[in-house]
Amino acid sequence: MIAKKKFVVKNKQGLHARPAALFVQVANRFDSNIIVRKGTLTANGKSIMGILMLEVGPGTDIWIEAEGEDAQDAIEVLEKIVLDEYEPIQ
Amino acid sequence: MNQSSNKEEKIIKGIPASPGITSGKVFLLDSEEPTIIKRQIADEELPLEIARFEEALIQTRKEILNIQKKISEEMSSEHADIFDAHLLVLEDRMLLEEVISRLRKEKFTVEYILLDVIKKYIKVFSRMDDEYLKERISDIDDVGKRILRNLLGQQRRDLSNLKEKVIVVAYDLSPSDTASMHKKNVTGFVTDVGGRTSHTAIMAKSLEIPAVVGLETVTRWVKSGDYIIVNGNQGTVIINPTEETLKKLEVEKVLFEEFNRRLSGLRNLPAETLDGYRVKIAANIELPEEIPSVLAHGAFGIGLYRTEYFYMNRKDLPTEEEQLEAYRRVAIQMAPYSVTIRTLDLGGDKFISQLEIPYEINPFMGWRAIRFCLAKPEIFKTQLRAILRASVEGKLRMMYPLISGIEELREANRLLEEAKNELRQRNVPFDETLEVGAMIEVPSAALISDLLAKEVGFFSIGTNDLIQYSLAVDRVNEKIAYLYEPAHPAILRMAKSIIDAAHKEGIWVGMCGEMAGDPIFIPILLGFGLDEFSTSPMNVPETKQVIRAMTITQAKEIAQTASTFSTGHEIVEYLRNKLKEIVPEIVS
Repeated sequence: MIAKKKFVVKNKQGLHARPAALFVQVANRFDSNIIVRKGTLTANGKSIMGILMLEVGPGTDIWIEAEGEDAQDAIEVLEKIVLDEYEPIQ
Repeated sequence: MNQSSNKEEKIIKGIPASPGITSGKVFLLDSEEPTIIKRQIADEELPLEIARFEEALIQTRKEILNIQKKISEEMSSEHADIFDAHLLVLEDRMLLEEVISRLRKEKFTVEYILLDVIKKYIKVFSRMDDEYLKERISDIDDVGKRILRNLLGQQRRDLSNLKEKVIVVAYDLSPSDTASMHKKNVTGFVTDVGGRTSHTAIMAKSLEIPAVVGLETVTRWVKSGDYIIVNGNQGTVIINPTEETLKKLEVEKVLFEEFNRRLSGLRNLPAETLDGYRVKIAANIELPEEIPSVLAHGAFGIGLYRTEYFYMNRKDLPTEEEQLEAYRRVAIQMAPYSVTIRTLDLGGDKFISQLEIPYEINPFMGWRAIRFCLAKPEIFKTQLRAILRASVEGKLRMMYPLISGIEELREANRLLEEAKNELRQRNVPFDETLEVGAMIEVPSAALISDLLAKEVGFFSIGTNDLIQYSLAVDRVNEKIAYLYEPAHPAILRMAKSIIDAAHKEGIWVGMCGEMAGDPIFIPILLGFGLDEFSTSPMNVPETKQVIRAMTITQAKEIAQTASTFSTGHEIVEYLRNKLKEIVPEIVS
């Protein structure tokens, strides 16, 4: 099963720092392969280096693609990380 | 082997990170990368190389988890957080897959491939136009080196069983190094990288040992066992000092120790003149780790707690909770003495990584300090709420930097009211009587100090900025450094008029610039009626000593006479002679 969805990164920090770490940690909980696409560049969604090297700043369009049994769930959870106004308060 | 006679003395200048002078043998923790030889392997060696790599990864993971556990027990969870990032790098699929696939394809030793992959990542990250991402280089580097060491079967030189007193020299000290360190035998830190608020600086301050950081190439100039002098006051390191330098050092050390011994007797005594006039002596700090030193030097409070470090070298903004924790710690540890927190003072020579402050030709006169805070009310109020919440734990005060007119003060106070209301709505308690002051460091504020005095609880004169703005001297520009004169009659007149204006309105005045810690200015400031002297912890005993050796009548006379001279040089000359009369044995 393949699921994919396009997002505009709302997070003020882009997909950097804690949001990126969180993204990778969560992505690794799924069996599906997860790919993050920015323009023509792609990165393994389970790799912190990959995500960081994509340099996803705030306001960037990205595609998240998941392939596997739990693809749909993965997209849904990862969506929250990308769209949440990530505020590490409390 | 003739070891010492053919070595030349070399002086390297870096950044002073923790005060004090020490000398001793070098313990070189690390320097450059381990030497890896590019060696081709045979096909049948492949499974073995992969197994070695996996073994090294397991070992490295164990190491990191151990250190993380140790640190969260000994220090705070915040220090242990770094290792989460390290674990993420260690377990990174892209990195691991790249190593394995290149290993299969190119058939070099895994050490060589790993090092090459790590280097490639570092290169990519260092080209990124983003401070946060650039900082990840140290995580990748740290983890990469750890795996390599495990592959090579070398342990990182261990700091936990140092048998003799040493000065630790390293490229950088990581929290894992300092956590495992046998602290009694470490007498100083010296590093290639780092700044005044780096981990090394914080550790050195809390251990009260001298440290010099940012020396760039020091690890290339020393070997373990070399003899060096670390001067944490000036930020210099002298490698292979000559007999002559050592003799000088010994004399200096003896004088310094002797002086300190006498001064330590002053610790619990008040700053009181011979005729019973009392002032307050406080200290300036940047980090909570400096409090033991503040107390040890006999300061009765903190006159300036700088808060910029929360905002520097990071990508995200500090949270209210994070600031609260630090302010609370300082308030509790200093109670019953007061702590004056200066609200965010960024810009000028202090930069910030994540807040997009545009490049300015004249940053000292630009968008900084209170101007920045008023333009970013949410950032400002987050800090105000943290200060307010911490105020129930001890005796806190706060002050606004760079006030230049009444409107700014009123606007800041309006936001403070908003912050208070937000807390009231959340039912969070705070000290309703928290005193709020203004820093007087802009000439316009000095000239209207009579007006400002009606609307604040106290003044704190920031001499460094006041001098540079009044005399139009950029203190960073060496060509005009000679014009930077604290004793300029204009500065002294201004100081006096600020103090007079404040006293007329019944408020007190402190001073927290370098001038307050310079012994020659103590008599005149005392004579002007300054109520609080706040200086670096190291200068506290000396300041007390001068005050305790004179009378207030004498101070007033000195202030009066000094005011009759027309040049700064004459004034300095006069004040220096007076100081010698008051405290003949002073070392300066």
